[in-house]
Amino acid sequence: MIIRTPLTLASVHPDIGLRVALARTPADVVEQVTRSGIRGRGGAGFPTGLKWRLASEAPAPDGRRHVVCNADEGEPGTFKDRALLSVVPDLVVEGMTIAAWAIGATSGVVYLRGEYVYLRDELESCLARRRAAGLLGNDILGTPGFCFDIHIRLGSGAYVCGEETALLESLEGRRGEPRNRFPYPVVRGLYQAPTIVNNVETLAWVPAVLARGADWFLGIGTPGSSGPKLLSVSGDVARPGVYEFPFGVTVRAVLEASGGEDARAVVVGGASGVCVPASDFSRGISYEDLCTGGAIIVLGPHRDLLDVAENFLEFFVDESCGQCTPCRLGNPVLLEGVRSLKRGECGPERLGELRRLGHTMKDASKCGLGQSSPNFFLSLVDRFGPEISDRVPV
Amino acid sequence: MTPLPDTLAAEDADLVSAVDALVARHGSARGELLPLLQDLLADRGEISDLAVQVVADRLGIAPTEVQGVVTFYKFLGTGPRGRHMIRLCHTLSCVMAGARDVATTLETELAIPVGATTPDGAVTLEWANCIGMCATPPALLADAEAFGDLTPERVREIVAAVRAADVPG
Amino acid sequence: MITLVPPAAKTPTTAPGPGGATVRAVIDGREVEVVIGTTILDAAGTCGVRIPTLCHHPDLPDAGVCRMCVVEVEGQRTLQPSCVFPITRDLEIHTHTPRVAAARRDIIDLLLGEHYGDCRTCARNGSCELQDLAAEYGLDRYRFGERTEPLFVRDDSGPSIVFDPDKCIQCLRCVRTCAELQGVRALGIAGRGAGVHVTTFADLPLGSEFCINCGQCVNRCPTGALTAVDVTDRVRAALDDPGKHVVIQTAPAPRAALGEEFGLAPGTPVTWQLTTALHELGFDKVFDTTFAADLTIIEEGVELIQRLHRALVQGAPDVALPMFTSCSPGWVKFLEHAFPDDLPHLSSCKSPQQMFGALIKTWYAERNGLDPADVVSVALMPCVAKKFEASRPEMTDSGYADVDLVLTARELARMLRRQGIDLPSEPPGDFDDPFGTATGSGVIFGATGGVMEAALRTVLEMVTGAPVENLYDHADITPVRGFDDVRLVELTIPDAVGPVPSIIAHLIPDWDWLRGVTLRVAVAHGTATARRVIDDIHAGGPFSTCHFIEFMACPGGCLGGGGQPIPTSLEIRRARARAIYAEDAAYGAAGLARKSHENPAVQRLYAELLTDGPGGATSHRLLHTGYTARGTFVPTDRRE
Repeated sequence: MIIRTPLTLASVHPDIGLRVALARTPADVVEQVTRSGIRGRGGAGFPTGLKWRLASEAPAPDGRRHVVCNADEGEPGTFKDRALLSVVPDLVVEGMTIAAWAIGATSGVVYLRGEYVYLRDELESCLARRRAAGLLGNDILGTPGFCFDIHIRLGSGAYVCGEETALLESLEGRRGEPRNRFPYPVVRGLYQAPTIVNNVETLAWVPAVLARGADWFLGIGTPGSSGPKLLSVSGDVARPGVYEFPFGVTVRAVLEASGGEDARAVVVGGASGVCVPASDFSRGISYEDLCTGGAIIVLGPHRDLLDVAENFLEFFVDESCGQCTPCRLGNPVLLEGVRSLKRGECGPERLGELRRLGHTMKDASKCGLGQSSPNFFLSLVDRFGPEISDRVPV
Repeated sequence: MTPLPDTLAAEDADLVSAVDALVARHGSARGELLPLLQDLLADRGEISDLAVQVVADRLGIAPTEVQGVVTFYKFLGTGPRGRHMIRLCHTLSCVMAGARDVATTLETELAIPVGATTPDGAVTLEWANCIGMCATPPALLADAEAFGDLTPERVREIVAAVRAADVPG
Repeated sequence: MITLVPPAAKTPTTAPGPGGATVRAVIDGREVEVVIGTTILDAAGTCGVRIPTLCHHPDLPDAGVCRMCVVEVEGQRTLQPSCVFPITRDLEIHTHTPRVAAARRDIIDLLLGEHYGDCRTCARNGSCELQDLAAEYGLDRYRFGERTEPLFVRDDSGPSIVFDPDKCIQCLRCVRTCAELQGVRALGIAGRGAGVHVTTFADLPLGSEFCINCGQCVNRCPTGALTAVDVTDRVRAALDDPGKHVVIQTAPAPRAALGEEFGLAPGTPVTWQLTTALHELGFDKVFDTTFAADLTIIEEGVELIQRLHRALVQGAPDVALPMFTSCSPGWVKFLEHAFPDDLPHLSSCKSPQQMFGALIKTWYAERNGLDPADVVSVALMPCVAKKFEASRPEMTDSGYADVDLVLTARELARMLRRQGIDLPSEPPGDFDDPFGTATGSGVIFGATGGVMEAALRTVLEMVTGAPVENLYDHADITPVRGFDDVRLVELTIPDAVGPVPSIIAHLIPDWDWLRGVTLRVAVAHGTATARRVIDDIHAGGPFSTCHFIEFMACPGGCLGGGGQPIPTSLEIRRARARAIYAEDAAYGAAGLARKSHENPAVQRLYAELLTDGPGGATSHRLLHTGYTARGTFVPTDRRE
């Protein structure tokens, strides 16, 4: 495991956050999380406190609510959750336990991607340790009536299951096909019960927010993106690995830290992200500027951006669930379009059609996968005009 | 659901009792389908058409539903596969670091193309999407273990280790 | 009406507001007040805004996958699918902006690139929803590719349904139909990404699977991926063969629907024009299946009475009750697969089609000096499962195939058009003897509840010896009518019973044992409903104490059959039912028989052929049958 910067989370004392939380009412905990401004660190950036509040307020006819940890880290170029699960698994589980207290959940699931199966035993021992220490199970830390336990479920090789409703379908023993948007999982999630699905990193920060206070968290980052963020840096850099930066860090600063100063472009957000040209390296990584779950892939001076686009589209053709028309059929068309660009056979009119198709995919796909799959291609067409037009026959 | 015909019992009793043992462990709720299939694949080395029907029967769902799940997940799938899986990452950071050369080495070492299984049934070689080893590319998964910083020498060691661990079934 | 476990289908996307609270939507400038939770698509429908759809079907829970119906919704970053977007607050919606139009056009373009097949030779040419949308959105070329090679093998090996996966656009209407309406799941989804495709278990031919041939998937497929086996050429060849005597029997349900194929509104009956048209096509005789329906009622009614007598009077423990009707071949095959242990509950009566077929090749041929080998027996049916039924090896009691060829309503419409016959403008004609006379009871077989009503009319009159009108005005037993998934009705037999009619006097000594007895009967349609009813019976629920249950495989009964004109919806099925009940009432108004046992042709049959009476040896030889326990296991080559 290559961790290149000191991790704040490594210095967070275990179980202080949980004790702080249990000393407050669930509503107070939700309030504290809300006030910290923490947003989903898987990439979508939904305010965590709001998610928890909606789930805690949604009626649960049979009294069940669920906390799901999304450990289906599949975005190409992302590996910071793997690092967290290896280094600070207790914080992730503690975060889930605090969430359970906050929303009134009795059961939790860690949905661990099948590719990370080697982490399972360690996680199981972590859960066992915590059960033995009274940190999971009945009357947690002597709190009468607070009963919560967690089990681990393994994915089976499907990127789309990182989409929260596809993940829930998978947990219910079905194809990982995203659900329609309404109702949201906070209202009807796992087996129709109110459910929060939070990313590993989001959950890991929760104990710190409780232990150190919302103001501490708010003091880091930008006004719209509070707190530190873990980034997975890979590609043409001297020092690939996991980095911690405050939100708002510029692309350039990341490149300097990782030894990628000669980059011609940077992919921010993995295969579903965008291609940032050198002229934009002063832009910041945050929800309000360059939004990412943490994947930074650096492209050196000799890289052909169309090769990158081709690789990403191959990925999406393979990983689309295949339900909705724009994603199922649009990605193969874009892939063929990129290949024809590489061959120098894609004329300007065709390029226009492909661009419009990309916008249709963003506009009309059912879930985030399809909506973001054309991002990289579109950013090439929009931000690397000269480079693309060189490949377009007149 | 209808019990499977008696005529199956002799020939396929093994499979049926393997499924029943898994159902006893996991329960017969629909939500247990994935863990059940994962274990079944690990136990049997494949999810056959018959297995799909037995699982469907025991869980009270239709074979088409089980088939839909089996064919959705990359790590499941119908048809025979090797006793060991080598999955080479095909995503950007690994490809930029030379995953294709690694593939060539693997193909030479195993004498099969990517996507195939060695004739002795020991190893299946396939491409995988990002396995989260981007900081140490190129990388692969050999069964449940991840290996990064692959070089031809390292690949040969991994293949040798996999072969050494293989118990022909 | 008894409430069963609620069906899985049609879960609303959001709960309606308290007390049916409403909100205001402005759709393309038109203001509309809707109950909270109404989808944009439904709201648009109420104010006359048409939004194109593909995967949406009014009978099915929405999937939201084709994305044709996307619209712009105020406050939403992306376009939203109107079929699954519930309106929960005041909202402004635009359904035809340039952005929306561009997305829809791209979607159609993409689907055209996935769809492979030749429109010119497709059964759905002219009635294909994809073709219509392509025309509507002005598609002039294949922007996103055109497939030139098939990827799949077309399955035309079965008796009823042809599956051509290359024409499939993954709208999943068939998958949802098979699962939600029919509870069968012969069709499912496999693969993922660009490799997603609708298929059967192990990609086997439908004919070798647990498929009940109901054809409900065919009725809901927007393209030609699922069609019915077409035998029009074989019928034409028989008609053109001077050595063949070709007769056709026509079921009641197509008469209430065939007009739709010729531009008439649903529910416009064409019974009498049809007889003329069939004669013009060249059929030697045109018979009315309702004759055999009446015969079925006698045989099945007597079988019920015998079962009840054995159970209630003789105390026989092995009598299978409730008795199940057996005239729907989709339902019969469903039971054979899903609940083979329950086959003893099925009436041993053949369906009207097959009773009629056996009589045509025997009694009719003999009376008319015809060699049965030269008689071609054709049936016009609302059904594709009837094609399978005619091919069952059990159905050869005449020594020949009792029915040679089954035409669906859609096939017949094709034959008529091919011959230049405009059905609505045909002059009225009559059915041929010796089976010409029908009754209103035979006609209502075409609607869910019809068999039950016809049987009750006859059984009640046989037992009470008095007109059923004494119990039900105009003999309309309305409690068993309607479109609720399942209806459970209790009827108490009056204390005043009559003498046992002579035709069954040798079977039942008296009716005393039925005085004041409450008969519990039920009606269910759609095999998903049937599955819930059988599960309830196994669980000892309210249906386990029924005496008699009518099951129809298709939603709505035969009038919603898989061989009926496309499209279908509850509204269309209701209209067809009105036509059927109107025809029944017309028999009464004209002073004709409305009860099966009053049918003079049936009475003559018992006098001349079935002289040992209902359920007698001759009946059993020709009119009754047995069933096959099939189970759900499918042998495949791909084993471990």
